[in-house]
Parts: sequence; structure tokens; C-alpha cells
Amino acid sequence: MNGMVLDRALALHLGVVALLFVLQFILPAYHHGIVARVLVLASFALGYNILFGYTGLLSLGHALFFGAGIYGTGLVMREFGWPASAALFSGILSAVTVSLIVGFLALRTVGVAFMIVTLMFAQAGYLTSLYFNEFTRGDEGFVLQQATRVIGPFDLSEPTTRYFAALLLFAIGLLIKLALVRSSTGRVLVSIRENEERSRMLGYNPFRYKLLALVVSGAFAGAAGAMYGLLFGYVGATFVTIQYSIFPLLWVLLGGAGTVLGPLVGTLFMFYLVDLTSGFTTASLLVVGVSLVVLILWFPKGLLGTVRQRVLPWLP
Amino acid sequence: MVEKKRTTAPVTGVGRRKVITGLAAVGGAAVGSRLLPGYVPYIQAQSSEPIRVGFQVHRTGIGAAYGRWYDRTTIAAAQAINDAGGINGRPLEIVAEDDGTDPKRGAEVVEKFATQHGCDIAFGTLFSHVVIGSAPRAGELKIPYFVVSEGHHVASGGLNRYTLQPGITDVKSQVIAMAPWVASNLGKKVTMIFPDFAFGYDHRDNFAEAIKAQGGEVIETVAVPPTESAFFKYFPKIPKETEVLYHVMVGPAVLTFVKEMGEFYGANRPELFGFIDSLEAVDLNSPGLEFLDGSYFWEGHPRYAGDNPSAFELNYREKVGVDLNGASRNDPKDVATYSHMFGCWETLHIVKAGMEAAGYQGPADRAKLVEAVEAMTDMPESEAHPQGAKVFNGKTHQAFGHQNITKVGDGKLSVVHRTSIEDGLYPDEVDYTTQAL
Repeated sequence: MNGMVLDRALALHLGVVALLFVLQFILPAYHHGIVARVLVLASFALGYNILFGYTGLLSLGHALFFGAGIYGTGLVMREFGWPASAALFSGILSAVTVSLIVGFLALRTVGVAFMIVTLMFAQAGYLTSLYFNEFTRGDEGFVLQQATRVIGPFDLSEPTTRYFAALLLFAIGLLIKLALVRSSTGRVLVSIRENEERSRMLGYNPFRYKLLALVVSGAFAGAAGAMYGLLFGYVGATFVTIQYSIFPLLWVLLGGAGTVLGPLVGTLFMFYLVDLTSGFTTASLLVVGVSLVVLILWFPKGLLGTVRQRVLPWLP
Repeated sequence: MVEKKRTTAPVTGVGRRKVITGLAAVGGAAVGSRLLPGYVPYIQAQSSEPIRVGFQVHRTGIGAAYGRWYDRTTIAAAQAINDAGGINGRPLEIVAEDDGTDPKRGAEVVEKFATQHGCDIAFGTLFSHVVIGSAPRAGELKIPYFVVSEGHHVASGGLNRYTLQPGITDVKSQVIAMAPWVASNLGKKVTMIFPDFAFGYDHRDNFAEAIKAQGGEVIETVAVPPTESAFFKYFPKIPKETEVLYHVMVGPAVLTFVKEMGEFYGANRPELFGFIDSLEAVDLNSPGLEFLDGSYFWEGHPRYAGDNPSAFELNYREKVGVDLNGASRNDPKDVATYSHMFGCWETLHIVKAGMEAAGYQGPADRAKLVEAVEAMTDMPESEAHPQGAKVFNGKTHQAFGHQNITKVGDGKLSVVHRTSIEDGLYPDEVDYTTQAL
């Protein structure tokens, strides 16, 4: 029975990746570009969910990791002329390094204090990006020229390549996350979320596991940031502002915290909600806010969280 | 908010309310159908179809005050062009979309213009970070992107061949043009106070170099964080030997800034030279601004018409609904962002001239449009260019025009010096024409 459940879950996730693959060929141009963008941002949210949904740590500082990824990529390309492939790894490595440092310090706190400490780190990161404006161009940001956004024979600014690069990032992230949450490590993370003291009593070192979750989450954010810069050609301080710490939280809450696919659903839903309502009113964020309140009332565990609770209990 | 503004009378009786009602009724189906294969976002424009201008407007966010006036000017310019026969006999249609003054959303809006709304061009962006965030997508989608930003980002070579700024002079040129007058008339020891972000750095870097060339020097720079709301602690940093205080603050705290500066200095202040950006959309007679009396400002386009406005100037003011004091004709308290918004008017007229020169028929001719604009050089003062003559540099995609230095007195700004176009020229930093179209 357990094997069947596992296979069913795996089949569902592979099916989602296959569906996204097929969509590449049939989506109209505008939605094609938007879905590529959403896939990158959903990868960011996938990582956030590992920390928040599975480990129970609410960070308000993930913009710092996204920013480390996008600047770690953009600056080495701009200042040192690194090729895009090396710059991508530089972005991920930057985010891993930053998340490791933040983790060592911030994980000494819990609850609200953890939220505040991560928020402060992110704000420090934002101000750092402004302070070193000579390199970062501060709030104005800079462009990664089209000619440099190439990996091997693949021009990342070309729509089909961009879509597949975004899908590849998302698919890798999704499968890593699925493997993680179904592994013994993933179960320890959930046990820490449910009762940290009990997991400690059982012989686990919560600090080590929380640090692991934070670094993996930071790596996802960094990879998403690096890929965003490479695919869309812009690097700027806007991606380190507090709203990029709030966005993944919203996407995860909306899609379903502690569900593997929830971040994709939440990011997609939120993006189109903003896009469609902004077509009718400048008060689009008010409409979005009201919609979110209504959704949380009807789907308190998020869209997929509620589906799992009511219909598909096997959903990971 | 998307708003498609026909500036000629609609040919059908379908009203906005009806359209919205219909959209609401079939909203879900419409959204669904757009996602289906075979959906065709628009049909190839035919010769009688309007030219669709995607107007990236700052309706919300920090640029909203500018956005409101950019919007009004753009609509007025489109109306004027349509009244004069349109472009190649085709009417102009403005498709406005709010970018929230956000670079990520800005890029999405440009994508929307190119791939969903079927616009011929994208146009009208002011804030630099939105321009820089959006330009890569414009270049990749090969949609001409006419910005009205005054940032140096276009001429610096950081963008691409499809991004042009033909309707407004950039900051570097403005600063270079005015430095000689400042050095000769106000003083040579300058302290600069500016917002601690890229816009401020453009001023810091370019003015420091320009005043040095005049035998002057910047003796201190004071960068103020953009979130600051109290300024007392910054004024003691200004050296006593300062002869000219160059200030370029933006945002809602500018009134507090001026008030506290007045309280700090009293009657013994250095000469003040500021950028009108600080006071765009702000009534000069607002309480607290009395301290500015006798100080000087840069203005791209003088807010107050003065004693002898040209016929072009009067025509422009009438069309955009601005009185002789730079405020709305309907509400004297609604002060225009007059120094910048002319860029929208002039840019749309350049688009018209470029399309007519290129024999523009539809999106397939976008490259021809870029080449036609690149070929432009002299733009004489006219109804299309009420701010004054311009010289366009096709290699750097940047226009150069006259700048104005105005003095505050009797609650008004009066022009005391107008620079020549040559005063603001500087060596090319890029040649976009070498890039492929």
C-alpha cells in the first residue's frame, strides 16, 4: 500500500512536469513568457516551503537569499566577464554561503525572534546593495546583456530555451524536494515542526536539521534568483526589498504550506490574480488582498493543503 | 490598469460599461480561451487599423504623481496627432497599463504590449529602474521602446538598440550644461545633498566632474537615505565655506527638508541651486517653502510661462490643460510635473515622424522605425517640440535640448538663463547602430 502511495505521488509530480512541458508548445506568447517567469518564482517558493511548511520556521528574510543568487550571478558577469554557466553556480554558491552564515546566527532564536532576525539580515542585505552602488547600481540596477546570457549552444533569452531552462530548474527543485520530504531527513524536519523538544529527546539534533533546511531553502532561493537574472536580463535592488521576503510566504500559504506542489499553485494563482485585476483597476492589490482573505477563510490550509485534507490524503 | 484610449470617436456604439459588463459575464470563459491553443491575440493590423501605442504608466507606486501628468500629456498628444490626421492616415490608440513603478512588473507590461495587446511600440516610462528592468525584454521582443526618463542609462550604452530616448535630455547633459553658469554666478565651492540612490549618484558623479572643469569643486557630498523624514542631522555636515548648496531631493519629505533647512540657516544661507524634481507637482506657495525665495532651480521646461511665451508653448499648455502658472486649468492646486511631461508630447510626435519616414505599416516594420528615428538629427522648435529645439544623436539614442535656470521670487519661478544645446553635449559612450536589429 505504501509503495502504491509513493508511486501515485511520484506519478502526479512527474505528470505535472510533463504537463508543463507540453504547455510550452501550446501556450500563447504572453502566457508562455509568464509561465516561464512563474516557474522560476515557484522554485523560490518551493525552497521557502521546505523551511516554512515542513520545518515550521517562518523566515522574513528570504529576499536576501534570492538577492544573493541574482547578485552573485549578475556581478561576476558584469565585473569579471564570467560566462553564464559559471555565474549560475556562483549565484547558488553565494546564496548557500549567505544562508549558512545567517543560519548559524539566526537559528539561535525561535518564533517571532527568528522572524525579526531574518528580517533584519534581509534589510542589511538590501542596504548593502544600495551602499555598494558603484558595483550594484543600487536601486536602479543593471542589465545583463543578451549576448552574455548564453550557456553552451543555448541562448537563454530565446523564448523556448528560457521556458525549458525555467522548467528544468523547477523540475529539479520539485524532485529534490519530493525526495527530501519523503526521506527520513524530511520526516525529522516535520517532527521538529510538530514538536522540537520531542525530536531532540529522540536523539536528533534540531539545530543541525534546521540549519540544513535553511541552507537547502537558501540554495533554492539563490538558484531561482540566479536563473531570474539570466533569463530576464535584469539585476536590481528591488529583488532584495522586503516584498521579496513576503511573496514566497504568500505563495506558500496560498498554495498550501507543507505540500510539494502548493508553491506552484500559489505562485500561479497569485500572479494571474494580480495580472487580471490590474487590467480593471489600479486598486488591484486591494482586490488581491480581499481575495486572499476569502481564500484563507475557505481554504485555511491553502488550496492544495485543503485538497489534501478533504480529498487526497496521500498528497505529499 | 489597462485602458485602451481611442482618441477619436469610437466607430461602434459599444461603451465602456457594456464592455466591462460583458467581460464580467464571460470573464472565466475569456480567460480560459486565451489559454487554449489556437488563440490569436490580435489580427494583423490593416491600413485602417489604429497604431497601438503601449503606454507604460506609473499609476501606482512612487511614480504616481508623475504618472498622472504623463498620462494626461500622452492623451493630449495622441488627440493632437489624431486631429491632424493621425500617422500615415491611421489614428493613434493609447493602450495604457500600470507598471506600479516596479521594474519586474514593468518588464511584464512590456511583454504584454508586445505579445498580448499587439502594440506597435512601447512608450512613456519615467523611473530609471523601471526602464532598466524593462529594456531587456523590449530588446528581445524587438519592440521599439521610447522612454521619457531623463536617466543617463540610454546614452551610457547599458541598454539596447530598441530602446530610445528622443524626447527629453538626460541628467548628464543637464548637469554639464548648467555647471558653467553655477560656477560663474553662484560660486565654486559646492556641497551636494542628494538622495542616497542611483538618481542621486548620477547628479553627484556628473556634477562633480562638470564643476571641476569650470575650476570649481564639490567640497562635500551628503547622501540622504530615501526613507528619511527628518533632516536636521544632515545640515551640520555642510562645510561653512560652502558657497553653493546643490540639492536634489525627491519624495514627499521635500517640504520638511526645505523647512528644516530654512530653520537651520536662517538668513545666512549659501546660494541654493536645486533640481525642480524636488518640487514637481508641488505648489511653490506651499507653507514652508518661503525659504526658497531667491534660490535657483533647474527646469527642463519652465513651469511659469513668463512674459513672452511662444505660440507653440501656448498651444501646448492649452492642449494638455495647464494654465500659465503650470497648474491644471481645472484645479489651480493640481500642479503639473511640467518640467518633465513635455517629453511624452515630443516623443509621440517623434514616433509619428519616424513612422511616416519609415512608411510604417505594422509590427514587421519596427526595425525600419528604429532606423528612421536613428536617422533624425535636428528637431526645430515647433508644435511638436514646444520645449524648444533638440538635436538627436542616433548613435546614442539620446536627445539634447535647452535647459533653463530659474529664480524663485514673488511665489513664481522666472527664467534667468537658458543654455544652448551645445552646452550639454558630451562625447558618445556607445554606438547602438552597430547592434543588430
